[in-house]
Amino acid sequence: MIRETYLNALTLGLFVVIPAWALIADEPFTITLMTRAAIFAIAAIGLNIALGIGGLVSLGHAVFFGIGGYAMGILAYHAQTYTPLAEWPFLIDGTKSMPLIWLVAVVVSALAAFVIGTLSLRTTGVYFIMITLAFGQMFFFFTISWAEYGGEDGLSIYVRNGFPGLNTLAPIQFYGLCFVILCLVLLFTWRLSKSSFGLALNAARQAPVRVETVGLDPTRLKLVAFVISGAITGLAGALFADLNRFVSPTMFSWQTSGEIMIFLILGGVGRLYGPVVGALAFVALEHWLGGLSDYWHIYLGILLLLIVLFGRGGLIGLASGKAAVHD
Amino acid sequence: MTDPVLETRDVCKSFGALRASRNISLDLNAGEIHAIIGPNGAGKTTLIGQICGTLKPDSGSVRLLGQDVTGLATRDRAQRGLGRTFQISSLAMEDTVLQNAVLGALGATANPWRFWKDVLKDTDLRTKAEEALHRVGLQDHALSRTAELSHGQRRQLEVAVALTKEPKAFVMDEPMAGMGSEGSKRLTEFLDELREQAPILLVEHDMDAVFALADRISVLVYGEVIATGTVDEIRSDAAVREAYLGEDA
Repeated sequence: MIRETYLNALTLGLFVVIPAWALIADEPFTITLMTRAAIFAIAAIGLNIALGIGGLVSLGHAVFFGIGGYAMGILAYHAQTYTPLAEWPFLIDGTKSMPLIWLVAVVVSALAAFVIGTLSLRTTGVYFIMITLAFGQMFFFFTISWAEYGGEDGLSIYVRNGFPGLNTLAPIQFYGLCFVILCLVLLFTWRLSKSSFGLALNAARQAPVRVETVGLDPTRLKLVAFVISGAITGLAGALFADLNRFVSPTMFSWQTSGEIMIFLILGGVGRLYGPVVGALAFVALEHWLGGLSDYWHIYLGILLLLIVLFGRGGLIGLASGKAAVHD
Repeated sequence: MTDPVLETRDVCKSFGALRASRNISLDLNAGEIHAIIGPNGAGKTTLIGQICGTLKPDSGSVRLLGQDVTGLATRDRAQRGLGRTFQISSLAMEDTVLQNAVLGALGATANPWRFWKDVLKDTDLRTKAEEALHRVGLQDHALSRTAELSHGQRRQLEVAVALTKEPKAFVMDEPMAGMGSEGSKRLTEFLDELREQAPILLVEHDMDAVFALADRISVLVYGEVIATGTVDEIRSDAAVREAYLGEDA
């Protein structure tokens, strides 16, 4: 058995060593795979705040992933076609600047999470799952019929957006950017889990009555968690769109929501590095198993089944021999 | 005489045809322990729910420190000084004992909206939490997980969490339940002192504890208070003996 801290360090180490090796060996595709893993990890860290700490089983996180994607797609589309995004009440132009796109992605995702959370948190349990799923489907079908931005075909962005001082078209530089964001998001989540808010949210998951009795509002705590969660997943969506230079309604599909949840279950729900391990494992399986068979999802399914049945703590739980999350 | 700290006035609550509370008027004065006893199904838990805000009375009012709190949510009553312990321990089981106590102290500040600073390194909250744990005798278990505590220790932790809020009145739902005789003896001594800090409305089945502690006792039968009085008065009340204590009590 490996101590969980070593395991976490090892995981983060892989995110440094593999791309470094790929750079030296001139394997740009591997760098792209690692970028994909880093972005998926960020998306799942977002979900982990709602699900792992707050206990909110959201099957609608694709909404935020998609909003992030479309924030990038729409802004960059207007920039590349030199058309204004809006002329009224004042002129808004598109942009090719990543920081600006991220800001829009985070703000719009947070707003959407606030609205969806406010409505969904009136319910619990399976109803919460269904209502978040329903919101996801609403966005999915809306984008399919949104002809202005490509409808079902989505939007292609020909040149990757820019970041001051970087050549984002070089895979390793874009990867570096994603990796730094991953580390920052991890740092934030780690602090959050130890903070006043984290303590109260954690208790709101385990014993909402207790939180109420000490004089705090568990629902409001969960709503704030949902908003933070949505914002982080939205940021990941913007990065994912830039990785592919393409957005489509698929980002909003319930399969996407499911995949984000799979990263989390695979790695370990509620663990800081659970989403990171899960996303890395998923991308690795997708690549290797996908190379062996078109039906690789079957093997993924079997693996998930085994983890849910025998290792509730996910891969980290299995490796460290600790099913429960505790420090 | 000063206003009672906690008071119910003509509280009524029905569930369908079952009248769980019938015109219950009780008060809790500073410095006293007021025990509520009654057979199972007498409506004690329903009454506590209405006092603490988880249930809304059909009619009547609940007053805390002279103010009507009938329309307030549980958390708002807690902010105004109502400290509650549960019959069935309601604690964050995966968290440590200290974390549960710190949560109580955090609740008292009404400000959980800090996202960066380590809450366990907040000296104010931590001091309050550790003091409360010390008072109930759990200081050596501060870093144990709550799930590892014995049943009795969890009851002590319930009390400690309530203590961190420095409440104006305690409402305790069977704090002795499931405790060994040694544990309930210690808790009895502790509650005896605690009444000086804030009065206690005590729902309890352990009659030894009730008779040892209570300044006044109210007897609840079928949703109705059939008698309120001192220990001696209740012991000698014929209606109470018949309804509850049994002839040979």
